[in-house]
Amino acid sequence: MTTQATVAPGRALSRLPGPAWFQEYGVYAAVAALLVFNAAFTEHFLTVDNLRTQLVQVAPVVIVALGMALVIGTEGVDLSVGSTMALAAALLPLYLGYGLVPALLVAVLAGAVVGAVNGTLVSVVGLQPIVATLALFVGGRGLALVVADGQLKQIANPDLLALGTGSFLGIPLVVLIAGALALAVAFLVHRTTFGRQVVAIGGNRPAAALAGLPVKRVLTGVYVLCGVFAALAGVLATARLTASDPSSLGNLMELSAITAVVVGGTPLSGGSVRVLGTVAGALLMQLLRATLVKHDLPDSTAQMAQAAIILAAVYVARERRSR
Amino acid sequence: MAPPEAAAPATAGPEPATAPAVLEARGVSKRFPGVVALDDVSFTLRAGETHALVGENGAGKSTLIKVLTGVHRPDSGELLLAGRQMHFARPFEAQQAGISTIYQEVNLVPLMSVARNIFLGREPTSRLGLIDFARMHREAAGLLAGFGVRVDPRRPLHTLGVGTQQMVALARAVSVEARVVVMDEPTSSLEPREVETLFRVIGDLRRQNIAVLYVSHRMDELYRICDRVTVLRDGRHIHTGDLADIDRMQLVSMMLGREVTEVRRHGVTAFGDEGHDVARTPVLTATGLTRRHQLDAVGLELHAGEVLGLGGLLGSGRSETAKALAGALALDAGEITVAGRPMRRTTSARAIRAGISLLPEDRKAEGIVPGLSVRENIVLAAMPRLSRAGIVSRRRQDRIVDIFMKRLRIKASSPEQQVGELSGGNQQKVLLARWLCLEPKVLLLDEPTRGIDVGAKAEVQALIDELAQEGLAVLLISSDIEELVEGSDRIVVLRGGAVAGELTGDQVGESTLLQVLADHAPPAAADAADAVPGPGTEAAPHIPAGAPAGKEDPR
Repeated sequence: MTTQATVAPGRALSRLPGPAWFQEYGVYAAVAALLVFNAAFTEHFLTVDNLRTQLVQVAPVVIVALGMALVIGTEGVDLSVGSTMALAAALLPLYLGYGLVPALLVAVLAGAVVGAVNGTLVSVVGLQPIVATLALFVGGRGLALVVADGQLKQIANPDLLALGTGSFLGIPLVVLIAGALALAVAFLVHRTTFGRQVVAIGGNRPAAALAGLPVKRVLTGVYVLCGVFAALAGVLATARLTASDPSSLGNLMELSAITAVVVGGTPLSGGSVRVLGTVAGALLMQLLRATLVKHDLPDSTAQMAQAAIILAAVYVARERRSR
Repeated sequence: MAPPEAAAPATAGPEPATAPAVLEARGVSKRFPGVVALDDVSFTLRAGETHALVGENGAGKSTLIKVLTGVHRPDSGELLLAGRQMHFARPFEAQQAGISTIYQEVNLVPLMSVARNIFLGREPTSRLGLIDFARMHREAAGLLAGFGVRVDPRRPLHTLGVGTQQMVALARAVSVEARVVVMDEPTSSLEPREVETLFRVIGDLRRQNIAVLYVSHRMDELYRICDRVTVLRDGRHIHTGDLADIDRMQLVSMMLGREVTEVRRHGVTAFGDEGHDVARTPVLTATGLTRRHQLDAVGLELHAGEVLGLGGLLGSGRSETAKALAGALALDAGEITVAGRPMRRTTSARAIRAGISLLPEDRKAEGIVPGLSVRENIVLAAMPRLSRAGIVSRRRQDRIVDIFMKRLRIKASSPEQQVGELSGGNQQKVLLARWLCLEPKVLLLDEPTRGIDVGAKAEVQALIDELAQEGLAVLLISSDIEELVEGSDRIVVLRGGAVAGELTGDQVGESTLLQVLADHAPPAAADAADAVPGPGTEAAPHIPAGAPAGKEDPR
């Protein structure tokens, strides 16, 4: 596992990779190591069914984490993503009568509104992101429960169910959607004015403001995107569950998403967004958990292993910055 | 304004010249990565005196204070308090030993009550060991009344104005058994009435034989309340002596490191010798720029093809003026017109669109984005112009970046190198390129050559010259007197946030500039031209007008 690998450079063997290498590629190396380990020691791991399951399970986390990566790139954080998922799930059954597309639009719009509120509180009012998004972390789920009347509702709409279970060329639709979104975000970050402005604002906000960048607009836009992504994840998770469950859907999702982003090498201090790293970070956490569970270790052990990985990722990032 | 230096300290108290040393620093040095902040500085504070500590940016004042108050530990040298050697590990230990500090930014606990702030860490207790709130509130109210402050001591501190908070800090500082009170620019956020109160308190401290170390760059204040002065420059001790023995002109020249008699128009810098062809109509006009505590009705005109120098000592409002012009500082009042068109509710984006670019003073905090490449730092402000439908065009970026990297001779391994890895001079050139690729009409340069190496400095100076020749209007702020005098066609001098004078034509010289900076009488020649207005015209009876001050630099 990675913990062993990070200890090794301490032996002063010069050809071993240093902290900078680990921040850059550590997450990919760890994913590869886990895959190799499982291929060798875990029964029925390298089967199509198992890989499908792993990818389908990780897809909503990836989608939320993509939005989170943008927010963290601006030196912010969005705690309300789990509640936004619940809100989207609660709204879905109310509008499914009009068909899948209108219901989906309503859910995504709700995510955008949550993001707009978060973004306004952060950029215009000037609240700290953690406080601003805490409000909707608490309030969003409450609102979702009010909308859903506090009840779990079965989903019978075949179009929505198809979204959760269908596949194209043997790849589950959920996975395809997550992959497409990852590509879109990578393009956004690297090739668009908006994306570069996000990174510049995260890297040095006073400098960006002096350079005339629309700081408030970009910040608000980032939170809106994060809300929209969370809402989408909520819709997909609901489709897979075949039920709208606003009381538990997306619980602790904010932590999973932040973990994926941080483990993926995006610094919490902003100024850089690692899209591929974020995807790998989410995969790493998923694989780690699956590995331990398959070897009959309880979930609590998995949680402690995850904590160790997070600490290692943050430690490596700290090493780098002190140079 | 204030009385001239003739009206030196008149307050009663022990004669400071004979008083024993209460706090002494011997050969104190302090290094930070890349800088020597204090280099073998020695200095003595006598009981009951009010001692001014002056110096420009980077002189080492703050570091010295932090060493004296236990925030920093000196790398070498020793501290003596009343003759005993001291090693402060923490600020608390310095406080216990009797050194109180009032920092520039109020360092109290905003959410606690006024009374708790005053007595923090030494609250009066009842017999049960609990805080005796009634007594604490009574005593706090009594203390504050002595400062002319009437507030409920139970109110949370953050509900008070900044000036009142400063008074609470002062009350705390003097209510501990202090032998030394260090005041770091205590008046920067005070109203005139509060300043008077502060001075009265300092008089009381003097009578109680408490020494005050007073850091300020307001000349009037220094000459009003201080007995002696210590000048630091570039981390070194320059001078200590009675304030009555040196006039403002000498003090300023010691702070800036310029000889009073030195008058040199051309030489060391890379600026061209001849002036520029200056357009008649101004491209930028600013009138009545006002912001509480910072700017007081500043007005200036900038013409195409000229370099207008903006002179002034630390805290005179130079950077604030530049920021206000660039839309980066909200104003209480004032008008800015660019090319005949008034700007309403200026923001950075609007100022940039109107053709105003600001090279900020603090390169690291407000300039570079360290994690991005040279290319991205250069195109940061111009990105929307170099993109199509929100999608970045690398080809267009590369073309611009290539032009400016060549023109400004930016040394980087490639345009993709991270800007944080470059030298200070190259970082500054990257920032200049960022602004120049916007093709501005007005370029505001705040300390463009500070902290960069000699070669880069000469290149930047030559570039400024060249840009003005090409018809750009340049505003140059520099603490380097030589650079300011040689680089500028005209100099507007600020003092205390207001325009103190303007030097044009032949008046642009070091001695005239120093005189205006020091609030001195203008030379006879300038008198006739009536170009140096301001309140200081009748000051300084013992310095003959028209002649450079003849005293030796008392080093």
